[in-house]
Amino acid sequence: MDIFLQQIINGLVLGSIYALVALGYTMVYGILGLINFAHGEVVMIGALVSYSVMMVLVPSGLPPVLLALISVLVAAPVCMALAWAIERYAYRPLRHAPKLTPLISAIGVSILLQNLAMMIWGRGYHAFPDILPAIHFDIGGAQITLLQTVTIGLAAATMGILAWMIQRTSLGQAMRATAENPAIAELMGIPVNRIITLTFIIGAALAALAGLMVGANYSVAHYYMGFMLGLKAFTAAVLGGIGNITGAMLGGLLLGLIESLGAGYIEDLTGGILGSHYQDIFAFLVLIGVLVFRPGGLMGERVSERA
Amino acid sequence: MTLFARHALSLSAIALASLSLTACGKKEVPPVAGNEVIITIGHAAPLTGPQAHLGKDNENGAVMAIDELNSRGISIDGKKAKFVLVSEDDQADPKAGTTVAQKFVDRKVNGVIGHLNSGTTIPASRIYSEAGIPQISGSATNPTYTQQGFKTTFRVFANDIHQGQALAQFATQSLKAKTIAIVDDRTAYGQGLADEFKKAAEAAGAKVVAQEFTTDKATDFKAILTKIKASNPDILFFSAMDAQGGPALKHARELGLKATFLIGDGGCTPEFIKLAGNAADGQYCSLPGVPLEKMPGGTVFKDKYQKRYNQQIQLYAPYVYDAVLVMADAMQRANSAEPAKYLPEVGKSQYQGVTAKVVFDAKGDLAAPAVSIYQDKGGNWSYVETVGAAAAAK
Repeated sequence: MDIFLQQIINGLVLGSIYALVALGYTMVYGILGLINFAHGEVVMIGALVSYSVMMVLVPSGLPPVLLALISVLVAAPVCMALAWAIERYAYRPLRHAPKLTPLISAIGVSILLQNLAMMIWGRGYHAFPDILPAIHFDIGGAQITLLQTVTIGLAAATMGILAWMIQRTSLGQAMRATAENPAIAELMGIPVNRIITLTFIIGAALAALAGLMVGANYSVAHYYMGFMLGLKAFTAAVLGGIGNITGAMLGGLLLGLIESLGAGYIEDLTGGILGSHYQDIFAFLVLIGVLVFRPGGLMGERVSERA
Repeated sequence: MTLFARHALSLSAIALASLSLTACGKKEVPPVAGNEVIITIGHAAPLTGPQAHLGKDNENGAVMAIDELNSRGISIDGKKAKFVLVSEDDQADPKAGTTVAQKFVDRKVNGVIGHLNSGTTIPASRIYSEAGIPQISGSATNPTYTQQGFKTTFRVFANDIHQGQALAQFATQSLKAKTIAIVDDRTAYGQGLADEFKKAAEAAGAKVVAQEFTTDKATDFKAILTKIKASNPDILFFSAMDAQGGPALKHARELGLKATFLIGDGGCTPEFIKLAGNAADGQYCSLPGVPLEKMPGGTVFKDKYQKRYNQQIQLYAPYVYDAVLVMADAMQRANSAEPAKYLPEVGKSQYQGVTAKVVFDAKGDLAAPAVSIYQDKGGNWSYVETVGAAAAAK
């Protein structure tokens, strides 16, 4: 039983990170109908900037928690500025181009950022410092570290604030209006361009936080880390229903749990025919299953309207 | 995405190589000049890209051997032998590797030293075999290289079979492990090493209680580690590179998995210790060969190398140095530098090199290769013991 509980904890931590990144994909898709493939790279930049800041500050002897806080306060504006630049120069000029064009532009930005990071931080793997003391809690035989608790808690809090902002504030209202119909929203006096930029920037702030979490939880950062993470988070967004905020959170958590439990139990379930190397297949099988019965994803309805 | 970049690179490499090919054809070197015989040795390794430092190190080893041969004033078939090294960059890329191989064949080199990587050595070996040119690698560890049935392939380094067996021997005898968990990264290297380890460990009476898999790009190992923890093994053998092994070890300890951690040469790096942090303390890794200080001529070679290049030996230079001398030794015994004439003599080598006594088995592998085990003590890999893989094989 403790093993089962441990896999649930592993899955929840992984899922919280997926959910944070998936939000960035889903918010942009909801408003622009664009899959921002460069988002995974923004997470990577967030992780590497946090890493660099911490490395610079380690000799100062500040407590690690404070280091993490400072690093995210530096990484978030860097990522936000980056997202602003990406939107302004790679996507906005293509706003009225056929849908495939900005997608290709997004892939281009992704390659550009990867190579840029490779030039700045090199090809090596960087050991991410421990940001929290290694305290373990014992829950029914399963181990949960302080870091994991904080990761899950922080992700939940961030997502809660985001949901509140979108449903309750005038900015959220403007975002929803822009998503509904940009042309009409503009006629109603909503500064559509500024709302779109803000959407990118909010997504980037979440990405910076996710970058720090990935680095801290998996204790490694490198220039290629955004690619697979981005792909998984995108999958989570589709699973939950792309364009839907609650869907992205749900999809992220679900994907994390599926991967974790899949790797842990696939061998027992198939009587040893499939091993843990089918972990990813398991996740994608669930995705296909969901999409066959609910083409819009678990919570999505908007996709069919848009298509 | 990097696929595109690689493609473009290798395309330009082929274009460049074909350019230099035509350039080569024009100035044909006469094989015999007066009373002198020119012996051309080809050397191939990546001299550009991320592994350039290792390739240059190999080349340095080869240059030292060639200079020594020339200073000895060897005569072959009554003529003074002049050894010439032709060094080519294979970029660690299989496609560029075969281009280099073809270039050597067209130039009619007397023998080839290299390549550095298994991935380039194996496809190139077919070309040398068809041309009948002997090839000795000082660093390629994939067993396939010598198992293709070619008569021209030799290696002066332990291969992955030897390493897997040596690790298993160390685990079962020195660490007295009864239960073992294995993780591999599904690459040719990781999977190959894990298979050999498993075979040898089971033959020695240990039980493999868990076998899990990851990829060479993975960062999350908690799910498989949690599963392994449930089976409570004595040893966790992690058959992957340092970039996965280091973080995995750290996470294993966070989950309360206490098994002794073992990793192959892919993790026997300072990078591994950096990534695993304090968790690496007391854990083990293996490297084919023996440490420089334990080699018969290691310290002398080390001094000579440092004096000449003013830098530390990276990794394979002494092996490449031996490879060149083994080849020249065979030529001397055959009294000919003709590939067809001296090839049978390479297989019969009994050469006392700086790394070890070089004696080949029927396949062209070392008859008694050594693999050494290292342990992390306070943030550095320190030598524990050398395991004779030949002993484990019987």
